[in-house]
Amino acid sequence: MAEMLPLKDRIRLEQVPMKEQSPDVRIHNFKEVPLGYTREEAIREAQRCLQCKNPTCMRGCPAEINIPLFIKYIVEEDFKNAYFTILNTDALPAVTGRVCPQEEQCQRECVLNHQGKPIAIGRLERFVADWARENHVHAEHPNNMNNKKNLKVAVVGSGPAGLTCSADLAKMGYDVTLFEALHKPGGVLVYGIPEFRLPKEIVEYEVKEIEQMGVHVICNYVVGATEGVDDLKKDFDAIFLANGAGAPRFMNIPGENMNDVYSANEFLTRSNLMKAYRFPEYDTPINIGKIAATIGAGNVAMDSARTALRLGAEKSYIIYRRSRTEIPARLEEVHHAEEEGVIFHFLTLPIQILGDKDGKVTGMECIKMSLGEPDQSGRRSPVPIEGSNFVLEIDMVIDAIGTMANPIVARSAQDVEVNRWGYFKVDETTKMTTDEGIFAGGDIIRGSATVISAVGDGKSAARAIHAYLSSGNSLRKK
Amino acid sequence: MYKIIKKETLYQNIHALWIEVPEIARAVQPGQFIILMTKEKGERIPLTVADYDREKGYIDIVFQVAGKTTKELSFFNEGDYLYSVIGPLGKKSDIDFFGTVVLVGGGTGIACIHPIARNLKQAGNKVITIIGARTKELIIMEKELKEVSDELIVTTDDGSYGKKGFVTNILKEKLDHDHTIKKIWAIGPPIMMKVTASVTKSYPVDTIVSLNAIMVDGTGMCGSCRVSIGGETKMVCTDGPEFDAQLVDWDEFMNRMNRYRKAEERSLQYYENHIKRQGQGEV
Ligand SMILES: Cc1cc2nc3c(=O)[nH]c(=O)nc-3n(C[C@H](O)[C@H](O)[C@H](O)COP(=O)(O)OP(=O)(O)OC[C@H]3O[C@@H](n4cnc5c(N)ncnc54)[C@H](O)[C@@H]3O)c2cc1C
Ligand code: FES
Repeated sequence: MAEMLPLKDRIRLEQVPMKEQSPDVRIHNFKEVPLGYTREEAIREAQRCLQCKNPTCMRGCPAEINIPLFIKYIVEEDFKNAYFTILNTDALPAVTGRVCPQEEQCQRECVLNHQGKPIAIGRLERFVADWARENHVHAEHPNNMNNKKNLKVAVVGSGPAGLTCSADLAKMGYDVTLFEALHKPGGVLVYGIPEFRLPKEIVEYEVKEIEQMGVHVICNYVVGATEGVDDLKKDFDAIFLANGAGAPRFMNIPGENMNDVYSANEFLTRSNLMKAYRFPEYDTPINIGKIAATIGAGNVAMDSARTALRLGAEKSYIIYRRSRTEIPARLEEVHHAEEEGVIFHFLTLPIQILGDKDGKVTGMECIKMSLGEPDQSGRRSPVPIEGSNFVLEIDMVIDAIGTMANPIVARSAQDVEVNRWGYFKVDETTKMTTDEGIFAGGDIIRGSATVISAVGDGKSAARAIHAYLSSGNSLRKK
Repeated sequence: MYKIIKKETLYQNIHALWIEVPEIARAVQPGQFIILMTKEKGERIPLTVADYDREKGYIDIVFQVAGKTTKELSFFNEGDYLYSVIGPLGKKSDIDFFGTVVLVGGGTGIACIHPIARNLKQAGNKVITIIGARTKELIIMEKELKEVSDELIVTTDDGSYGKKGFVTNILKEKLDHDHTIKKIWAIGPPIMMKVTASVTKSYPVDTIVSLNAIMVDGTGMCGSCRVSIGGETKMVCTDGPEFDAQLVDWDEFMNRMNRYRKAEERSLQYYENHIKRQGQGEV
């Protein structure tokens, strides 16, 4: 068992860095970039934790993880209890440990952040989850066996919101059926986020663990097509809608339907879910140009530009209409992209995609922008500079400018109201929609956000569903 | 996993499969399609539902061997399982009473018009069906279509059966002589649909085509299937697959159908090498 360090040492020590694959190697493979902590590194980092009496870090965690406690177990080298502590409230620890923006959540609230060296909570979480997986440590679910309730809940969509809600409800003893349209569960975790940031094997594993709790996962089931939400109301006592944002947004500029113009959703789905990076062993193809232009500068854009490089593009550009300071992606991702050679074109707005009569892309006409007054979001809004048009030589385009609500589920839920963007209207705390007994959460209530906010919604909804059902209500009685 | 109940070979490389998927059989309407995967490593391909049996829970698909996946599918037999089947996808055909309607089918599109013809007939329409293929053996489902049509005309390019010539020539003759025709459905290879659109343009009829775009998810999530309809971008999988033929940007659509031509050839070659190595039909 490692020792507790004296307070002054804990404050003095620096954050333990995490090793990574070097850029020149990793752009030729799809293996994970950060390599994770070793046992010794994890313990060393955990030893820095001040074990605050009033842990502020927990305020920053929508998954409600008891952070100081699991870190204390790491110091004690009791990784099993560290794992159970996390699993108690977070059903997807290896996922959240990797993709959460901890710098804006738990780590921002860490008191050591005042000196700019917060505990690397995400890395520790990842270490614990990986350790449990590698050592075949599984949660026991005695509750689930004893307190089985005869109440059925349907969950629509198996992204982080749906998975979390299902896991929490199953723990409380509900009979949960999770419907997924695609052939694999996981939502954006399997179709969007690339292998080199989140290995699919890990998602698969954590989904299996949730199935072990008794959640029935039914893939290949498109709610709104195979059966509507209103049909599900006859068979279930409550419903949670977590179908994600799920419709691509295009720029609506000339040339956008040419052959080598992809939405990020299509590009990433082909590569991640369908494994086009292993074509022809896998059947789904993907076309890669010599120079790929990704439009947008969020996480999705970084993932697309980095994927294009790995698939063989000689150059990969990010085209962004604002400047470096406004980039919405996580800093770490921007840093990774730059290390790998992604070239950023700031203050640049595409106005037309050029090509030949066969639909082959040959270039993109852009206009330079300057930053004007701040808009509602507080960011300075870009204004075109007249006469600054120029042509970028590129031969493929990836639109990564965001997503919209996909109406397919909403259309089959007559009494569930949507707002003017098509997202479900919900009560902020209970996540109940305008149709009593139907709840919603994740990207389909707020637009593209984060894994952790989806997890948080899944948790709030599970609690509210429990309250709704335990007071004797049910969709079937309505 | 989805069980194949029956396999029929309609002609050398045109096959029909009945698949057990009760929840799709219950919900499917004429004009809708499914997306299937043969194996976990497979691709997702859309196929129109050619027939269904709600009671038994079966759906029928008809396909012609063209690339890797359809080739592999042709080796599937009764009792085998498909990895994934989703649906029913897309909007259903607009079935109503119109008066006289003409259904034009080419290639495997012949199978796709069958449920539409049957429902239009049930809705009280006079149904004229024109089907065509290169040569006699490629004419499929003649008997089934005869049962649901008031008039069935068969054409072959080489004149080996029925009338010699293209379906579009016959359609033009019909339009010139029968002014009660209100609506036309044309389903078949893109070029046939495009030509149909240009033939019917100058007549006071609505022409509907069913576009077989390249898809991934089939639920409006990816945009792979997008087409320009009257200058607006639409998703074939959720806004279609049926559209007003006069509004389709045919050049763009045909370009997009060629997006993966090279990769498709490579995929087929890879697959065939595998078959040779393994010395068996299925890989
Ligand atoms: C490329 C990319 C990178 C990202 N990177 C990060 C990151 O680093 N960190 C981070 O925190 N967030 C990231 N995000 C955002 C994050 O992934 C999402 O906010 C989160 O996944 C939303 O979760 P969800 O459960 O609401 O929906 P989703 O994950 O979108 O899952 C919805 C599920 O519902 C299914 N579904 C849809 N319609 C139906 C239907 N009709 N019937 C049945 N099932 C249906 C979908 O197939 C899908 O599986 C990223 C997103 C993308 C696209
Ligand atoms: S197939 Fe993906 S949007 Fe139509």
